[in-house]
Amino acid sequence: MTLLSVKDLGKAYRSYRSEWQRILRWFGLPVKPSEEHWVLRHISFDIQPGEAIGIVGQNGAGKSTLLKMITGTLQSTEGQVQVNGRIAAILELGMGFNPELTGRQNVFHAAGLMGFSAEQINKAMPDIKAFAEIGEYFDEAVRTYSSGMQMRVAFAVATAYRPEILIVDEALSVGDAYFQHKSFNRIREFQEQGTTLLIVSHDRGAIQSLCNRAILLENGTVIKDGNPEEIFDFYNAIIAEKENSTVEVKTLANGKIQTSSGTGEAKVEEIGLYNNKGEVVEFVNVGDLVELRIKVKVYQSVETLVLGYGIKDRLGQVMYGTNTWHTEQVINHPQPGDEYLFSIAFSANFGIGSYSLQTALVDRDTHLTANYEWRDLALMFNVININKAQFAGCLWNEPKIMIEELTK
Amino acid sequence: MLGFLRSIWEYRGYILSSIRNEFVLRFGRSKFGGLWMIIHPLAQVAIYALILSKVLAAKLPGIDNPYAYSLYLMAGILAWSLFAEIVGRCLTLFIENGNLMKKMRFPRIALPVIVVGSCTLNSLLLFISILGVFALLGQYPNMNILWLFPLTLTIIALSIGIGLVLGVLNVFVRDVGQVTPIVLQFLFWLTPIVYPVSIIPAELRNLLEYNPMYPIVTAFQEVLVYNRAPDLQLVGIVAAVSVGLMLLGLFMFRRAAPEMVDVL
Repeated sequence: MTLLSVKDLGKAYRSYRSEWQRILRWFGLPVKPSEEHWVLRHISFDIQPGEAIGIVGQNGAGKSTLLKMITGTLQSTEGQVQVNGRIAAILELGMGFNPELTGRQNVFHAAGLMGFSAEQINKAMPDIKAFAEIGEYFDEAVRTYSSGMQMRVAFAVATAYRPEILIVDEALSVGDAYFQHKSFNRIREFQEQGTTLLIVSHDRGAIQSLCNRAILLENGTVIKDGNPEEIFDFYNAIIAEKENSTVEVKTLANGKIQTSSGTGEAKVEEIGLYNNKGEVVEFVNVGDLVELRIKVKVYQSVETLVLGYGIKDRLGQVMYGTNTWHTEQVINHPQPGDEYLFSIAFSANFGIGSYSLQTALVDRDTHLTANYEWRDLALMFNVININKAQFAGCLWNEPKIMIEELTK
Repeated sequence: MLGFLRSIWEYRGYILSSIRNEFVLRFGRSKFGGLWMIIHPLAQVAIYALILSKVLAAKLPGIDNPYAYSLYLMAGILAWSLFAEIVGRCLTLFIENGNLMKKMRFPRIALPVIVVGSCTLNSLLLFISILGVFALLGQYPNMNILWLFPLTLTIIALSIGIGLVLGVLNVFVRDVGQVTPIVLQFLFWLTPIVYPVSIIPAELRNLLEYNPMYPIVTAFQEVLVYNRAPDLQLVGIVAAVSVGLMLLGLFMFRRAAPEMVDVL
C-alpha cells in the first residue's frame, strides 16, 4: 500500500483585478483571475511505508509549499495528495505557545491542536515531561524559559505520538548539542518502527545519514528523484551553474552516476592514485602512503586557479577535503595552454571500504563565485586491511594500548 | 454542515481548553481577575445612569422601581455586549490566527466556535452579576426569564452570521475591519438601549424595525425589566434572518477557507 501519493500536484496563487471579484467567484460567478502565478506544478511521486526522503532544492524552489500541501494547511490548485495515515510536522516548533501559560498547559493546548483528546494527552504527559528534561520549569510560565527550553518542550510534544509520516523542516539544527542528538535518536526510532520521514534540509550530512531517497525541486518541479548522494551531487552542480556552464551526468561502469559541471576555463585532464613505488593502484592498504596526481590544463586565462578535492565514503560523506587556497598555493594568472601537475601525498588512514574522489577547479575557497570544473566520482579506490589489527569505523587511528594488572 | 459538526466534536477538547486558557490568560496576573469582565459593562451602565438618568428616567412608563432606568440600561447592554463582542472578535479572527492557519492543520471551524464559547460564557457571567444587582435594587425575575435562552441563541446566530461574513471579507478587503467598528457604534445608538423607544418620533419608529438588534434588545428589556413575555412576531423574523445569515456566513467561510491561507 502506498502511504503517500502525490499526483500531478500544482499550486497557483491567483490575483484578481479586484478582491470583490474573488468573492463573487465563491458564489459561482464566472470571473477569470487577472493573473496566475504557479509556484509548483506537475509534481508526482509515491512514498512507501518506511522510506525516508529528503527534499532538496534552492530557496524558492517550492519545498515549503509542497510540504504545506502534504500536511494540508495549504490547498492545492490542481492534482491531489493522498495520505493513508497520520502526518505530524515539525515545521515551526513552538507554534501557538502562549508565554503566559505553563509548559504543561501549553503542551495540553498544542496536543489538542494536533487533534488529541484530553485523555490521550494526559496519558502521554509524563513521557513528554520526561523527554523535555526541563525539570520544575515544566510547571512555570513559558515566558520564563530560555529559547532552548521552549524548543525542548515543543519538540517533545510534536513527537509525543508516533505518526505514519513525519515531516521535518530544518528544525533539527536548533537547540543544544545534547538535545539535538536526543531528537535525532527519536526520529531514528520512529523510522525503525516504520514511520516515513520527509526531511527538508540543506544539510547534506543529515539527509544522507537519515534518508534513502531524495527529491530535487527546482523552479517548482521535480527535476530528479533518486538516491541522496546522486541528488546532492547534482544539486551542487546546479548551485555552481553559471552562464555558459554545463552539467554533465554520466553513468560509470560500476553503475554510479558521475556529475560534472563548470564553465570550462580549466579542466582536469588526468587523474590517478599511485603507491610509493609509482604504480597506479586501485586497492590501498590501510595506512599506506599514496600520492594523488591530478593534471590540469588551462583553456582560458583566469585570475586565479585553485584545485580542491574531497575524499568521500560510499555514502557520500566527505572524509577529508581541502584546496590549494587553504594551503596557500594559489596559481596566479595561468595562461591558455598551461598545464599543471598537482601531486598530493597522504596516508590512507581510512576505514575499510570504497572511496571516491571529487575535484573542483575554482578561483578561491568556494565554488560559488566561479566554477571552472566540478567533478564528482572522478576516481574510485578501495581501502583494504592487509596487515593491521582489526578495527571498526571510517578512520584509522592506531592506538597504543597498555594493560597493567593491578591486583597482584 | 455535518462535516463541520464532526470536526467540532473531534476537536471539543481543544475548543474547551482554548476557552479555558483565554480566561486564565486574561486575568492571570491581575488582582481582580475575572471580576474585570463584569466591572467593565457595569461601569458603562453606571456612566450612562449618572449622566442620563435625570433626562431619560421620566420617559420610562410602567415601572415603579426608583432605579428603573438602570435596570433598563442593564437589560439592553446585556444583549448588546454579547452581539458586539462576537461580531468584533470574528472580524479579526482569521487575520489574528493567520500564522496558526498557515502552519498547523486543524479544522478552521474551531476558531469561530471558540469565540462563541468564550463570549457566551462572558455573557453568562455578566447575566449572573446583573441578576445580583437587580436583586439589590429590589427587582426579582419571574418565569419569563426563561425567554432569555432562545433570545440568546438568536443573538449568537445573528452575530456569528454577521461576524463570519465580515471576518472572511476582512481577510481579503481590510477596509472591512476599519468600517465595522464605526457601523457598530452607529447601530448601538440606533438601538433603544440608553434611551426608551418612546422618545423616537412615531414616523421614524418604523425604520427601527430594519435594525435586527431592535426586537432582541426590546425583548430583553421586556423580560428583565417588566417581567413580561416578549413580542414574538418581530423576534421570530429576526431569528429566521439570523439563521439565514449564519448559513450564509458558513457558506462563505467554506468557500473562502482554502484561499484565506494564500493571502494571509
